[in-house]
Amino acid sequence: MEPSLTPERLRSALQQMMRIRAFEEMAEQLYMRGLVHGTMHLSIGQEASAVGAVLALEPQDYILSTHRGHGHCIAKGADLGRMMAEFMGRETGYCRGRGGSMHIADVDGGNLGANGIVAGGLPIAVGVGLSMQLQSLPRVCLTFFGDGAANEGAFHEALNVAAIWRLPVVFFCENNNYAMSMAVRDAFPTELISQRAAAYNLPGVTVDGNDLHAVYAAAAEAVARARSGHGPTLIEARTYRWRGHSKSDRNLYRTQQEIAEWKERDPITRLRARLIADGVLGAAEADAMLAAVHEEIAAAVAFAEASPEPDPAALEDEVYA
Amino acid sequence: MTTLAPAEATTVARPQRELTYAEAIREALRQEMRRDPRVFLIGEDIGVYGGAFGVTGDLVHEFGKDRVRDTPIAEEVIAGLAVGAAITGMRPVAEIQFSDFVTLATEQIVNQAAKMRFMFGGKIAVPMVVRLPGGSGTGAAAQHSQSLEAWFAHIPGLKVVLPATPSDAKGLLVAAIRDPNPVMVFEHKLLYRTRGVVPEELYTEDLKAIVRRTGRDLTLVAYSVMVIRALEAAEQLAAEGIDVEVVDVRCLRPLDEATIVGSARRTGRVLVVHEAVRSGGFGGEIVARIVESEAFDFLDAPVRRLAGRETPIPYNRTLERSAVPQVEDIVAAARALVRE
Ligand SMILES: Cc1ncc(C[n+]2csc(CCOP(=O)(O)OP(=O)(O)O)c2C)c(N)n1
Ligand SMILES: [Mg+2]
Repeated sequence: MEPSLTPERLRSALQQMMRIRAFEEMAEQLYMRGLVHGTMHLSIGQEASAVGAVLALEPQDYILSTHRGHGHCIAKGADLGRMMAEFMGRETGYCRGRGGSMHIADVDGGNLGANGIVAGGLPIAVGVGLSMQLQSLPRVCLTFFGDGAANEGAFHEALNVAAIWRLPVVFFCENNNYAMSMAVRDAFPTELISQRAAAYNLPGVTVDGNDLHAVYAAAAEAVARARSGHGPTLIEARTYRWRGHSKSDRNLYRTQQEIAEWKERDPITRLRARLIADGVLGAAEADAMLAAVHEEIAAAVAFAEASPEPDPAALEDEVYA
Repeated sequence: MTTLAPAEATTVARPQRELTYAEAIREALRQEMRRDPRVFLIGEDIGVYGGAFGVTGDLVHEFGKDRVRDTPIAEEVIAGLAVGAAITGMRPVAEIQFSDFVTLATEQIVNQAAKMRFMFGGKIAVPMVVRLPGGSGTGAAAQHSQSLEAWFAHIPGLKVVLPATPSDAKGLLVAAIRDPNPVMVFEHKLLYRTRGVVPEELYTEDLKAIVRRTGRDLTLVAYSVMVIRALEAAEQLAAEGIDVEVVDVRCLRPLDEATIVGSARRTGRVLVVHEAVRSGGFGGEIVARIVESEAFDFLDAPVRRLAGRETPIPYNRTLERSAVPQVEDIVAAARALVRE
């Protein structure tokens, strides 16, 4: 175990993972009940990668998130009520109902925003890194992106620039085996996405993204490296999304068996079992933790539902600063 | 509409057969792919997934993965693949999953595809099609809801087509595929499930405007989903005794000025309607063409525009609706214009 992973931090990590799962399940329910407009991208099954990565950051560090960003946002400490309100398009939401599921940003909390453009966050992360360097601020920017994003030109441009200028950036790739229907095995000529780091002469590591401890260890090393001026790292966390890409997905490109196999590797079940085995947490305590999380989610929904809708007359107010 | 003698036997046409707009596009692709082995499809999740909006559907099962080719997420390369294939004997039809992502492919489209023929002294042709689902109304928010057609209408060398009906979705797409130039076909996400009569045989529609409804008091000039809203508005206005003509522009570049100007001349009052943001929108060009033409002397009121508000598309449903013209907005603006 990493020395800095105290029992308290581990318990809180488990709870964050439970929060993400519960948030996503509620988001799905609300959508099914017709209470939400648009689409959404659920991160159920990927909770350890979001939480493990952010666990390695300090509160003042930054993240950039993706279309599948609810988990990143919660991991970075966002308020569930304001998130739910955004998801439901309310004025009290993080983006005052303008952004929605795909664009939740918690700027004060260091989440510089989810992104609807695949790989859209990588160049921005490089800019944040440069800004930290120019201002001599000891902050790190960790940018999440998917396996699919690693095939955009922006990925390559961003890694190269971050590498040559040794910017304090962590490139955190959540390889969940698919970019919508495109399987990683069909989209990459290499076995590992992390191999690409070699082209830019930066460290590349692949970890089990469903193992919180492994994710944390890799992220902690990358963050330390970035913070000490040694430049970026590419981390590939191997994980799996249990749900379809979005609501239009009929799962035609993968088998039920494959999905079932990955559910066996549930990151939450794993961490819970490990913490109990390590004596960090009792089973009853874990159950109570989950019950408390469900109450928080219910309260978040109640807050969102009681919140006002934005006023169309104010629509153009936020276009310019 | 021009009916073409297809190479293969077709079933006897049932003239009233209806398809959705999405099905009509798929039928155009299927029939053109059967007819011409050079035609192939390229894009993200167009194969087994069937396309993000289900447009390509089952085509991969008929034509295989080589001709219905899924790519990694790499829009610039998708456009480049189309350019490279087009200049060496193929007829690619690229799908950009949401038109917003064309921002990543613009280099290949604007700097390469659009200019090659001219730069090379007319020695090459770039017969490619880019299909782009655009527009708002689905809660997809700011980065998945834009109307970017005016950007491309600004570029000599490109053609820009926006079908409003299922039968146009088929006929204009077939025309685009057979066109020896790069053609951008902007489809509207809200139109995919609309139904209409679509001829079973292969045919092309001219890349020209058409008058969808004749009237004496006012012309609504629109394209894409706004044609449907304009027609609905025209119905409501008819009940008030206002007789509205609706012109469907269909193709922004080249622009069929004659049809638009002719209508303006007949009615003397014109309201141009589009979803795209008003500033820099294509409506400005249409207004300019009208006031620069001989129709100017026949105008009874200023030519007016009704367009998207000066904002990115918001997520919240009510805000989203308020960001672009709705039927009631068209009715109100038309009514006011008739009284001017
Ligand atoms: C530039 C761009 N191209 C395509 C899309 C459509 N799209 C959204 S998410 C997605 C798949 C992304 O896959 P990946 O990066 O692996 O992330 P995951 O969804 O697996 O979390 C696609 C194709 C987009 N949003 N942006
Ligand atoms: Mg993925």
